Amino acid sequence: MQVQSMFFKRRASEKLADGLLQANMRKAKGKFVDARAKAVLEFGNWEPLRDYAAKLRDAALADLDAYLVEFERNATRRGSVVHWAETAEEACAIIVKIAQDNGVRKVTKSKSMVSEEVNLNERLEAAGVQVVETDLGEYILQLAHEPPSHIVAPAIHKSKEQVADLFTEAHGKPRITQIDALTREAREQLREHFLSADMGISGSNFLVAETGTTLTVTNEGNADLVTTIPRIHCVIAGIEKVIPTLEDFACLVRLLPRSAIGQSITNYLTLTTGVKGPGDADGPEQMHIVLVDAGRTKFVGTDLQEMLRCIRCGACMNHCPVYQNIGGHAYGWVYPGPMGSVLTPVYVGIENAGDLPNAATFCGECAVACPVKIPLPDLMRKLRERQFDGHLRPWSERVGLHAWGWLAMRPGLYAFATGWAARIGSWLGGRDGLIHSLPGLDGWTKGRDMPAPSGRTFRDLYRERQGKR
Amino acid sequence: MKVGLFVTCLVDVARPGIGFAALKLLESAGCEVVVPATQTCCGQPGYNSGAREISRTLARKVLAEFKDCDYVVAPSGSCSGQVKASYAQDLFKDDPDRAEFEKLAAKWYELSDFLVNVLQVQSVPGRFEGTVTYHDSCSGLRELGVKMQPRFLLSMAGASVAEMAEAEKCCGFGGTFSIKLGEISTRMCENKCASARATGAKAIVGGDLGCLLNIEGRLRREGDHETKVLHFAQVIAGDG
Repeated sequence: MQVQSMFFKRRASEKLADGLLQANMRKAKGKFVDARAKAVLEFGNWEPLRDYAAKLRDAALADLDAYLVEFERNATRRGSVVHWAETAEEACAIIVKIAQDNGVRKVTKSKSMVSEEVNLNERLEAAGVQVVETDLGEYILQLAHEPPSHIVAPAIHKSKEQVADLFTEAHGKPRITQIDALTREAREQLREHFLSADMGISGSNFLVAETGTTLTVTNEGNADLVTTIPRIHCVIAGIEKVIPTLEDFACLVRLLPRSAIGQSITNYLTLTTGVKGPGDADGPEQMHIVLVDAGRTKFVGTDLQEMLRCIRCGACMNHCPVYQNIGGHAYGWVYPGPMGSVLTPVYVGIENAGDLPNAATFCGECAVACPVKIPLPDLMRKLRERQFDGHLRPWSERVGLHAWGWLAMRPGLYAFATGWAARIGSWLGGRDGLIHSLPGLDGWTKGRDMPAPSGRTFRDLYRERQGKR
Repeated sequence: MKVGLFVTCLVDVARPGIGFAALKLLESAGCEVVVPATQTCCGQPGYNSGAREISRTLARKVLAEFKDCDYVVAPSGSCSGQVKASYAQDLFKDDPDRAEFEKLAAKWYELSDFLVNVLQVQSVPGRFEGTVTYHDSCSGLRELGVKMQPRFLLSMAGASVAEMAEAEKCCGFGGTFSIKLGEISTRMCENKCASARATGAKAIVGGDLGCLLNIEGRLRREGDHETKVLHFAQVIAGDG
C-alpha cells in the first residue's frame, strides 16, 4: 500500500466532512465496543489472562531469533519451505518467483495485512497472475479498488447499499441489499475461484515454533479452502508472529476473538502443518512460508519493543475516539488507529508519518482495551520524544516548548507573564467572556470559542487575601 | 494535617475561582492548607509533547515545593495523573531520586478522591438544586480511578446526577492536541456536548479545567448560553 500518512490532517478533514462515512462509522462503533465489553464481563477472569498473555508475548519476543529458527526447523521437517524476506520487495519477489516457477495463473487469498504492507497483489498482477481475495470484506474492497480501513473488518467503512452497488456492477445480477443475500452472492462467485486456483496465499495469526504450524483464525472458513484446495499453499507472515508452543495459543485464542469482535470463540481455526502426506485426502503438494521483517526488527531491543506483542485484534482502534470519528483511511497506511500510530512511523519512517503519534489525546482507552497490555499512549509519547529530539516538529512548537519550560522554572517572571495573560485574555473576551478567534489558536477557535480568563490569577488574588488576614 | 494545594497552571490563569473553591473545601474540613507561591506547572504539556528533559526539570521543582506537606491535593485528575503515574514510573524510573517521587505520588491526591477517601467528609458547604451531568476526564478516570468520588460529593450538595451516554469518552481536549488537531478535537467535543445535552441537565460538571474550557467553548459556539459548565469544586463549595 502506498504511504499517504504525510497527508493525515488533510485526509482526516475530508473524512470528517464525509456524511456517508460518518453515518457508517457511527453504525459500526457501538457494535464492537459493546460486544467486547459483554464478552469480557462473561469471561470473568479477564485481567489475569491479559497479564499472562503479555508475559507470553514478551517471552517469545525476548528469544525471537531462537524461536524463529526452531519454527524453521520444524516446518522444514514437515515438508514446508521457509523463506526469509528482509524487505517488502524481497517478500514479493519470493512469492512471484514461486508462482512463476509453478505456472500459477490464479491465486486465492485469505486475509493478510502483511500482504497489504508489501503490495503483494499488485506485484502478482503485474506478473500476470490473477488474485482473488476471499475474505468477504477484502473481496468487496478488491471490487472497489480500495485498501482496507480496519484490520479485522476491512470494509467497515462501507454500507450495505454501497456493497450492493459494487456487486451489481461486478456480477451483473439484479441489485439486492439484504446482507445474507449479498453474502450468498459473494459465496457463489468465490466458490468457482476456490476450486480453480493454482495457489492459495494465507496470512497467519501465529507461527508455532514447537510444531512448525501456521495458525489462522477466521469467521468465514475461507482460509480452510485457500490452504487445502490449491496445489501450492503459501503463507506470508511477520516474524513477530512466532509463539513457542501450541499451549501458548490456547491463551491467546481466548483473548483474540473476544477483543476483536466480542466473540467468545472463533468460527474457524485453521492449522496447517506441512504438505499433503501419503495417506492424506487433501492438502497442498508444496507449502511455502515467507517470514517477513519489513521493519519489525527496528522495534527489537528498543524502548518500543512492546509493540511487537500485538496480536492484531483491532480493539485499540475500535475504542479510539479519534479513529471512531475519522475512520481508517485517514491514517494513510495499512494499520489505522493507535497501533498504526506506533507501527507506521517506524515501518515507513517517522518523517513520513509525523502526525500519527500526535493524533491522540492520550485518553488511554486503547491501553485499557489491548489484550496484551501494550502501553500504546506511552509508545506514542516515545515517538513524540524522537520527533522533539530529532527536530522533526515545526520550529514554532519547539521554540514554544522551550520558552514555556524556561518561564515555568522562573516563578517571578512566570507570575508577571501569566498576570498579563489573564488580563489581556479577559479583555479579549469582552462582555460575553468568550474569545471568538485568536491568531495562533485557530486550531481551537475555528470550531469553538475560547472561554476567556476571568482577569486576575489565583496567585495574585491569594496573595492579596493573605495580606488582608 | 498540612495539606499543600497544587492550584494547576490552568486554574491559576483562567479560573482562579476553582482554586479558591478547593481551598474552601479543604479548610472547612479542618486542613491546614499551604499554597507554595513558586508553583507553576506539573510539566505535563512538555511531557506529552516529547520534551522529556523540560518536564523532568519541572517535576523536580514540584517535588521540592511540596516536600514538607503531609498531603498534596490538586483540583485536576490530569495533573494528578502526571505526578502519580508518570514521575516515578517513567520520568525518574532509573533515577536515584525515584523513591522521593514515589513518596510524592503516595501523598498526592486528586481533590474529590482526597475529600471522599482521606478526609471522608460527610457534608459539603454548597447546595445545588437541579440536575447535573458528569464528564469523566480521562486521566482521573483511567490513571487514578476517579469515578464515584465526585458523584458522591455532588449528591451531598443535593444535585442529582443524570448520566450521559459515553460519560467516559474523551471530550477531545488532550492539551496541545486541541490546537494541533483542532478539527478532530472539535468533532470529539461536539459528540460530548450532544451526549451531555441529551440528559437535559442544567450544568455539565467535571474535574479538569481543560475539558471544561473545551466543552464550554463548543457549547457557546453552538449558541448554547444556558447550560452551565462547572468544576465540581465550585458546585460543592457553593461557589457555582
